[in-house]
Amino acid sequence: MTDVSNRNQLAYIAAQASDARVNVEFETEGMTLNLGPQHPATHGTLRVIVKLDGERVLRADPMMGYMHRGYEKLAEVRTYPQVTTLVNRIDWLGSFANEVPFILAAERLMEVEAPPRAQWIRTILFELSRIANVILFLGDMGVQLGAVTPVFFAFRDREFVLNQIEAVTGGRFHPNFDRIGGLKDDIPKGWTEETTGVLGRIRTFCDEMEDLVTGNEIFQARTRGIGVIPAEVGLAYGLSGANIRGSGVDWDLRRDGGVGLAHDQVDWKVWTHPDGDSFSRYWVRLQEVREACGIIEQLLGGIPSGPVMAKVPRIIKVPAGEAYVETENPLGVMGYYVVSKGDLVPFRVKIRSASFSNISITPWVLEGAYVPDVVSILASLYFILGDIDR
Amino acid sequence: MSSTILAIELAYWQQTGLRALLGLVGVLLPAGILVYLFLFKMMSFMQSRLGPMEAGPYGSLQLLAEVGKFFQKEDLIPAAADRVVFKMAPFVVLISTFLLVLVIPAGPDLWFIDIDTGIFLALAVSSISVIGILMAGWASASKYSLIGGLRAAGQLVAYELPLVLAVMGVVIQAGTLNVQGIVMAQASGEIFGWGGIGNPFILTQFVGFAIFLIAVQAELTQPPFDMPVAESELVTGYLTEYSGLRFLMFFIGEFATAGIFSALAATMFLGGWYVPGLDPTDNLFNVIGPLVLIGKMVLVAFLIFWFRFTYPRFREDQLQQLAWKFLIPLSLVNIVATGILKVVF
Repeated sequence: MTDVSNRNQLAYIAAQASDARVNVEFETEGMTLNLGPQHPATHGTLRVIVKLDGERVLRADPMMGYMHRGYEKLAEVRTYPQVTTLVNRIDWLGSFANEVPFILAAERLMEVEAPPRAQWIRTILFELSRIANVILFLGDMGVQLGAVTPVFFAFRDREFVLNQIEAVTGGRFHPNFDRIGGLKDDIPKGWTEETTGVLGRIRTFCDEMEDLVTGNEIFQARTRGIGVIPAEVGLAYGLSGANIRGSGVDWDLRRDGGVGLAHDQVDWKVWTHPDGDSFSRYWVRLQEVREACGIIEQLLGGIPSGPVMAKVPRIIKVPAGEAYVETENPLGVMGYYVVSKGDLVPFRVKIRSASFSNISITPWVLEGAYVPDVVSILASLYFILGDIDR
Repeated sequence: MSSTILAIELAYWQQTGLRALLGLVGVLLPAGILVYLFLFKMMSFMQSRLGPMEAGPYGSLQLLAEVGKFFQKEDLIPAAADRVVFKMAPFVVLISTFLLVLVIPAGPDLWFIDIDTGIFLALAVSSISVIGILMAGWASASKYSLIGGLRAAGQLVAYELPLVLAVMGVVIQAGTLNVQGIVMAQASGEIFGWGGIGNPFILTQFVGFAIFLIAVQAELTQPPFDMPVAESELVTGYLTEYSGLRFLMFFIGEFATAGIFSALAATMFLGGWYVPGLDPTDNLFNVIGPLVLIGKMVLVAFLIFWFRFTYPRFREDQLQQLAWKFLIPLSLVNIVATGILKVVF
């Protein structure tokens, strides 16, 4: 018997066997559902390939890269001050916060330090962009669960925060305001009082969300005990930010990082929640917005006087060396690993973005969930596509 | 078949024409009122925005603009779709809406059909829309549509039961399945011997009223029961592949059914076209009856839409649990209690 006929025979047997199987029992096969790249729940271009058995998820694979923008490579052909323009767009909702770790890394390489006033204003803007970012999540979570009203409140109140950021920096979304050695400008007159008023609005917004969303029985039924991430699993997957604090890990780089921001000058608290489910992630973020309001309020009360810019050369050449700085950004830990060869441009910039690591847990956490929970779990992990495909 | 409408003798064809016209009004008017009043305006005010303001005074002509937009759109049919079923599905859904409007009386002599099993007919034909939704979900040849259609079928079948059982209490109390008879029973009823406002059944059947509204919400697949359309996960479920006029038909069907169910709830629980203090056989009610009914309908629809714009949605299993473990036992208890009290008093 030749090899070919042998193979034919094997194929014949296999076909017979499969026919017989159909006759013996009614086999069902799973359905593959593509959530994305164009899908209402992914607010961007994330694609999640979900294998379903009925409504239960057997396997979920996140596919990234539909929005790759190559910022790491682009940064290699930009001078240091130009890089902030790029990195602004990584997490587009809290863009000032993206600039801070990069500037801090460059400052560490140049061995300059921003004057205290610049550090304080930097911290205020850092926390303002956290509020601008996270309150949109607080509203958007409602939309993902089918309640459309909260997101309108979120957009309404975020506008006040953006106005404050715009008043200082001139840019609503992309301030491009942080400079190596300080800030581009000082804050305008009367800004501190206005900002205090805005913080009052944000606190009211938080109370509204507590009534409208977290206090809602259906919201609790949809999020409590759903998408539970134990602390050790979360740490193993590299979760950070409110996602890991929602699992009960008391870790916040604003307190533990010791980088050049003014968080250690004020009195505040790191919120954690022991449950690790979708609800706890929402709850922790809600408390963090309140806490950020408190941080800003205290900082506004005691901004030191002095210049906002240290003495740096007009043409910035960063000495050779490498530095890694990470800060607690709205989405989680964001770090920049900057390698310099003493040029006008960085030799290499590696960006550690929070969402990229946060989204890596999706296959683990989505397994066995129902289709509606896929959406709520993804929403509660809170990723921004620019932060994944930077 | 020859009879009188408002004491005017009409030929059969005239009557039929008039009924068809009024049927169209009966479907489109509630839909238009609800879309403008609640979807456009109330929802906007709840969300701290103004809603449509440009077309007509306070955006009142926005509805026409929207309908015009849908007319212009291409009637897309997916290549893999089952074309005949796909095209028929919106009609099936709309048929159930048109049949529903038949049973609701708007005055002592204003009705389409006056049969002894009116409520029974209404609850029976309301289930026809399930077939249309299943057809739409299956024929679209899309996974989102299929999941949405199956979810809708499961949900509508589950909530059909509390809907029927909630009505049972009213039927026991009124002693008739005839809708006109239920209105008359409320108009001529007495509360502990005092007949000042009649006896709107919401006073005794408040549990039934609540269950009926919840079940109606689920029948309409509106939030918090909008799992079948769940736009954040299934795009829009069984509506995903529809566009243009066919989408508009689903849309009208949804809102008209919301209006008609509200009118049905108003008829069964709030006294229908009757206002207290007047003689229910008064000819005046043939004029103001429709207005009273629309007013009460808007009142009930307000409740439905209030929930719609405030609540997040249930998950499919939670939704079934609510129906089978809570609403159905509660409505059975309600029926037993109503029966006992009916015998006692």
